[in-house]
Amino acid sequence: MELDAKATRALNYFIPQMVSISKSGMVQVGILLVFILGGLYALVVQIVEGHIVTGMRDNVVWGLYIANFIFFIGISYAGALISGILHLLRVEWRHPIIRIAEIITIISTIIGPAYILLCMGRLDRLHHLALYGRIQSPIIWDVLAISTYLIGSIIFLYLASIRDLAALRDYPFKQKWRKKLYRFLAISFNGNAKQNRFLERGLTIMSAIIIPLAVLVHSVLAWIFGMTLRPGWHSTIFAPYFVVAAVFSGTGVLIIALWVFRKYYHLESYITKIHFNYLGIILMILGALYGYFTFSEYLTSWYGSETWDMEVLYKLFDPHEYWWWFFFSAILGVALPVLVILIPKFRNINSITAVSVIAVFALWVKRYLIIIPTLETPLLPLQDLRPEYIHYTPTIIEWLLTFAGVALFCFLFFLFSKFLPIVSVVKGEEGTNYAELRKKVMQRVLKRKIKEEKRKASQKLQHI
Amino acid sequence: MEKGKKKQSRRKFFFKTATAAIGAIGGAGLIAQSCETKKESGETMTLLSPDGKLVEVDKANVAPARMPAHGKNARKGIPNKKFVMVIDLARCRNARKCVSNCQKMHQLEPEDEWIKVFLMQDSDDTAPYWFPKPCFHCNQPPCVKVCPVGATYKRTDGLVLVDNERCIGCKFCMTACPYSSRVFQWKDPGQGKEDDENYSPETSVPHKVGTVGKCDFCPDMARMGKLPTCVTGCPNGVIFFGDKNEDIVTNGTESFRFSELIYDRAGYHFMAELGTEPNVYYLPPVDRLFDYKKGFKTLTPEQAEFYKKSIVHKH
Repeated sequence: MELDAKATRALNYFIPQMVSISKSGMVQVGILLVFILGGLYALVVQIVEGHIVTGMRDNVVWGLYIANFIFFIGISYAGALISGILHLLRVEWRHPIIRIAEIITIISTIIGPAYILLCMGRLDRLHHLALYGRIQSPIIWDVLAISTYLIGSIIFLYLASIRDLAALRDYPFKQKWRKKLYRFLAISFNGNAKQNRFLERGLTIMSAIIIPLAVLVHSVLAWIFGMTLRPGWHSTIFAPYFVVAAVFSGTGVLIIALWVFRKYYHLESYITKIHFNYLGIILMILGALYGYFTFSEYLTSWYGSETWDMEVLYKLFDPHEYWWWFFFSAILGVALPVLVILIPKFRNINSITAVSVIAVFALWVKRYLIIIPTLETPLLPLQDLRPEYIHYTPTIIEWLLTFAGVALFCFLFFLFSKFLPIVSVVKGEEGTNYAELRKKVMQRVLKRKIKEEKRKASQKLQHI
Repeated sequence: MEKGKKKQSRRKFFFKTATAAIGAIGGAGLIAQSCETKKESGETMTLLSPDGKLVEVDKANVAPARMPAHGKNARKGIPNKKFVMVIDLARCRNARKCVSNCQKMHQLEPEDEWIKVFLMQDSDDTAPYWFPKPCFHCNQPPCVKVCPVGATYKRTDGLVLVDNERCIGCKFCMTACPYSSRVFQWKDPGQGKEDDENYSPETSVPHKVGTVGKCDFCPDMARMGKLPTCVTGCPNGVIFFGDKNEDIVTNGTESFRFSELIYDRAGYHFMAELGTEPNVYYLPPVDRLFDYKKGFKTLTPEQAEFYKKSIVHKH
C-alpha cells in the first residue's frame, strides 16, 4: 500500500514505541500487574469461601460489583459517541482520537460484564443461561444487548484500523509473529478505489448500527433496576437518565485518556487543544443534561413524598449517611465541569482534564448511590440485629477486585498500544472528498440562485 | 449353646419383621437421616431399609420421612389444589414458634428466617402489632418474572418454588421481591454433596451454596395431607392453611370456610397496591388476644430495644 509523506512520518514515529518498552514503562506495567494479581487472589478467595467474604448480605444483595458494572458499561460510550455520531457527521477532528475511543469501548465492554460474573453466586452454572434462558428476564436482554454491542464495536474498530494494519504489514518488522499477524489481519487490503469505497460504506453502516445499539445497552441496564418495585429504582426516567450519565462519563474518560496518551507518547501534534475544547464542550452539554435529569428525578420524588421514596431521600440527604457523597456526585461533580468549561477564561487542556477526572469519579459514586441506599431501604422494616445486614460496607475482597478492574483496563490499553498505533496513521480519503462534495453542492446552489436573480432582474426590466 | 443363640436370634428376627411391618403399614414412614448425626439417645429402633434389610438405628437419628416430588414433577404442582394461607394478626404474640419450627424443618441456620415476625406500626398514632410474614406465593410473582433461567417458578397449585439445582445466584429475584422474602446461601451450608438425590425444590434441602432459598409452604407435607410446620407449631393458632378450591382453611384445631373467614373478618392483602396478588391473606389486629408488649418476652432485652426503636417514625 502506498503511503503519503505524513503517514510515513507517523508510522516511523509510532513503531519504535510499539516494539520497545522503556524502564519507567516496565515499572508502571509491573504496578498494574500487582493490582491484577491482587484481584486474582481475591477472586480465588471468593470462589473458595463463597460470597460470605463480600459485604453483600440479604438486603444489599448487589454492591460494589454492580456499581462497577454500570460504571464500565457507561465508559464504553466514549467509542459509541466518537465513532458513531462524529463519524456520521463527518467531523474532521475526530480522526486522531477515534482509535483511543474505540479501544476504551471494547476494553470496558469486556471488563464491565466480568463484574456481573463476580456477583453471581454460582459461576459454575453460567451455561444455564444458554440452557434455560428466559427472554422475559431483563438479565437475558442485557446478555444479548451487551454481547451484540461488543461484537459491533470490535467490527467497527477493525474496519477503522484496516488501513493501518495494511501499512504495518508492509513495514519491515524484525519479529516474525508481527509480520504474520498483520498479514493475517490486513486481509490483503491495498487501498485501491474499490476497497476504499467498500470500507467507507462499511464504516458508515456500522456507525449507524452502533448508536441505537449503545442506547439500547444502557437502557436495558437501567431497566434491570427500573423494572423492580423498589423506591429509588422504579422510575420511568431511568433509561434515558442512564444513557445520558453513560455518555457523560464516557466523554470524561476519553478526555482523560487523551491527556495521558498525549503526555506519554508526546502526541502534541496529533491531539491538540481543539480536541480538548470540542470534547470539553460536549462534556459540558452532557453535564448540564445529566444535572437536569438528576434534578427532575429527585424533585418529583421529593415533591410527591411517598413514604418509601422519602426514606431513600432522607438517607441521601442525611449528613451521617450519604449526604456528602450525594453532594459530590450530584451537585459538585456536575456543577464544576459545567462552570469551568462554560467560562472561556478557565478553559484549557489541564482544567478540562481535571474536571473530567472529577466528573468520572462523581459518576462512579453516583452508581454506588443508585444501588446501595435503595437496597438498604426495603419496603418492610429492617428488623435484623446483624449490623452487616442493615448497612453495607464493601470488604477488602471487593475493593481488591475493583482496583484490579481498573488496573486491567489500563493494562489492556497498554497491550493494545503495542499492537496498533494509538492514533490512526493512514487517513482515509472520505474527509477531503466530503468537503469537496460539499463545496461542489454549494457552488451549484449558488449558481442556480444567481441565475434566478438574473432572471428576476431581467423580468423587472421588461415590465418597466 | 449355639442352638440357643440361634433360637434367640430367630425370635429376634420375628420381632424385628413385625415391627418393620407395623411401621410400614402404619405409613408414618420413619426413615433414618444420614446427612446429619445428632447426639445418640442410647435407644435403638429397627427399621426396614429400602433394599430390604433390617437395620438398627439410634432413635435420635430417626425423623419422619418426607416424600417430595423430584425433578420435573416438582414443577407441576399438586393437581386440583390452590393453596392459600390466612394469618390472624389478632392472635399473634411473637411466640416465634413458627420461626423455629420452620428453621428445624428446613435445616436453616439460626439467623436465617424464611418466616419472619415483624413488629409493625402503620403510623405514630396507630397501635403496634406483630406481623408474621412467610413468602406470599404471589399470583403475579415479580421474582418469577425476572429470573433469567426459570429457577424460580409458579406452579398450578399456586406455589412459587426455587430449584436450587438450576439457580445461578444472580440475586435478581431478591431485589425484585418487594416483601424481602428471599434468603441467600452466602456460605457453604455443609449439608452433603452437590448433587444429592434427596434434593427436591419441595423441601429445599439440602441447601446449596450461592443459591436463593425461601418459604415453600411445605408442599411435601401437603402431599401427605399434613399442614406446614409453621401452622402446626404456632401455640395460638395464628396461621391458617388450606385449599382455595375446597374453600377451607385450618390451623390444626379450628377450620373455617376461607371465603367466609375473609368476608367476616375483613381479610386483606398486605401492600395490595403492588399488584402482586399474594396468596397470603391477613386478618386485621382487632380485638386482640394479647397486648403487643407481651411479644417482647421472647426477645433478649437488646433485641426488644432494637424492635421498639425500629418502629419509631424517624421523619
